[in-house]
Amino acid sequence: MSLNLEEVTRIARLARIELSSTEADATREQLNGIFGFIEQLQSVDTKGIAPMSHAVDVVQRLREDKVSEADRRAAFQAVAPDVEAGLYLVPKVVE
Amino acid sequence: MINASLKQLSAALGAKQISAVELASLFLDRIEQRNPVLNAFVTVDRARTLEMAKGADARRAKGESGPLLGIPLAHKDIFCTEGWLTTCGSKMLANFVSPYDATVVEKFKQAGVVTLGKLNMDEFAMGSSNETSHFGPVKNPWDLNRVPGGSSGGSAASIAARLAPAVTGTDTGGSIRQPASLCGLTGLKPTYGVVSRYGMIAFASSLDQAGPMAKSAEDCALMLNAMAGFDVRDSTSLQRPTEDYTRDLDLPLKGLRIGLPREFFGAGMDDDVRAAVDAALAEYRKLGAVTVEIDLPNSGLSVPAYYVIAPAEASSNLSRFDGVRYGHRAADYGDLNDMYSKSRAEGFGAEVKRRILIGTYVLSHGYYDAYYLQAQKIRRLIANDFVEAFKVCDVIASPASPSVAFRFGEKSADPVQMYLSDIYTISTNLAGLPGMSLPCGFGNGGMPVGLQLIGSWFGEARMLNAAHQYQLATDWHTRMPPDAG
Repeated sequence: MSLNLEEVTRIARLARIELSSTEADATREQLNGIFGFIEQLQSVDTKGIAPMSHAVDVVQRLREDKVSEADRRAAFQAVAPDVEAGLYLVPKVVE
Repeated sequence: MINASLKQLSAALGAKQISAVELASLFLDRIEQRNPVLNAFVTVDRARTLEMAKGADARRAKGESGPLLGIPLAHKDIFCTEGWLTTCGSKMLANFVSPYDATVVEKFKQAGVVTLGKLNMDEFAMGSSNETSHFGPVKNPWDLNRVPGGSSGGSAASIAARLAPAVTGTDTGGSIRQPASLCGLTGLKPTYGVVSRYGMIAFASSLDQAGPMAKSAEDCALMLNAMAGFDVRDSTSLQRPTEDYTRDLDLPLKGLRIGLPREFFGAGMDDDVRAAVDAALAEYRKLGAVTVEIDLPNSGLSVPAYYVIAPAEASSNLSRFDGVRYGHRAADYGDLNDMYSKSRAEGFGAEVKRRILIGTYVLSHGYYDAYYLQAQKIRRLIANDFVEAFKVCDVIASPASPSVAFRFGEKSADPVQMYLSDIYTISTNLAGLPGMSLPCGFGNGGMPVGLQLIGSWFGEARMLNAAHQYQLATDWHTRMPPDAG
């Protein structure tokens, strides 16, 4: 398989990473090199094999439904780019 | 003092031959002197370090003791450390002062360890040469024109140059073992789930595992004792009885069965690496071990399977960097999506972007089954090979890296060539097994060669035993670069 420029632009949009047109072209070439390498997986017969999503089979633990964390909002928001009155500020999303 | 083992340092501290403050100062001075050239540390904070050292001395004065009380260590900059910059080698987090400690950091603090600083690394742990760090590459102390390996390159270089007695690293596809091999030290990746991932900035969550890097297997065992343990804050942390990883160090190796994967000893390995590894295996036979040939028929698929699974998980994990709650935000932007896209375009480097894009693609509609699910099925085949192999052997041996440290720029233009430098280490992560690298000689250019040992699941103690006995019989692990002393 080989990605065209349109597909590269679409993936970048999905990933929320801005790519200039010159970057998109270089990226396309590199991604195609990597996908060419990954392509060998397609020829492996995996019929009946269960996918392994994790290194160790563990089930999610449950805990009691009670507050376990202290309120550290000020400390956590101290590292945010833009906050006001305890809220994270972003460009307007609803007109 | 700079060549002393952790046990010796601990004894010296206990006997009041040296204080924690003096010991920390000794290493801080070395860092100040050597780091401008090596670039192993990205953050050093002398005042904060000495404050911690005073605290350790005070604890000892009150009668407290412990194997790591007052010992100075440094952390890979992937571990959140409260009050310290935690950059993960990225512009994205260049100004991020962590508001909390990773569990690993917290455990070391409780043990009285003194933090020497934060270590350089490939950006978000994505790289095998340290060339992807936003803060510039780390130099290999054995040859300043060569890479230290990656992603824990700063960790490896700091030990090799004796800027720290021991450090932390993380290993997603070989990021502890490959730099340990290239810089001539001992590093261990535990079984997945043994060390908490809480506060360790996530790359590929089903593969990431923290571990110790030090001058010897014995030091690694002591470090692992402090790092391992169940953590309720990590959903994949394992609830197991506490282990003493030093317990088997002194066992004789008579009868130890070392498996040699035919697939790892074929083409693709440099001759100098092969010679050093062969000599190490001969030494093991002299010590009473037997070698058996084994097959890992699907191991050739490890690297391509990894480069589907790891980027898929990375694309999901790194979606949290959106310029809203922490990290870089672009100066100029239009709407919300534009803010995300510009912040991420500016904050991430080329390799990180590449992997996010690969991951986004293999998880996208219409490709999920063909790529991601297929890779996960192959991951199962790879793990099953190890289940079979460990029926006939106790540990597996191979080189840790197919070549000695390469030169800067040698592989950075071709991502696939760079990815193949982890050809012997990646299958261990996919299967969740413990693995380590230990020095076993020198190759071209006088560069160190590393022997990889792979243990069975939870077989750390046996693997450390095999490494320690080898280190009692040889002195490769005591060698250091000419200008380190």
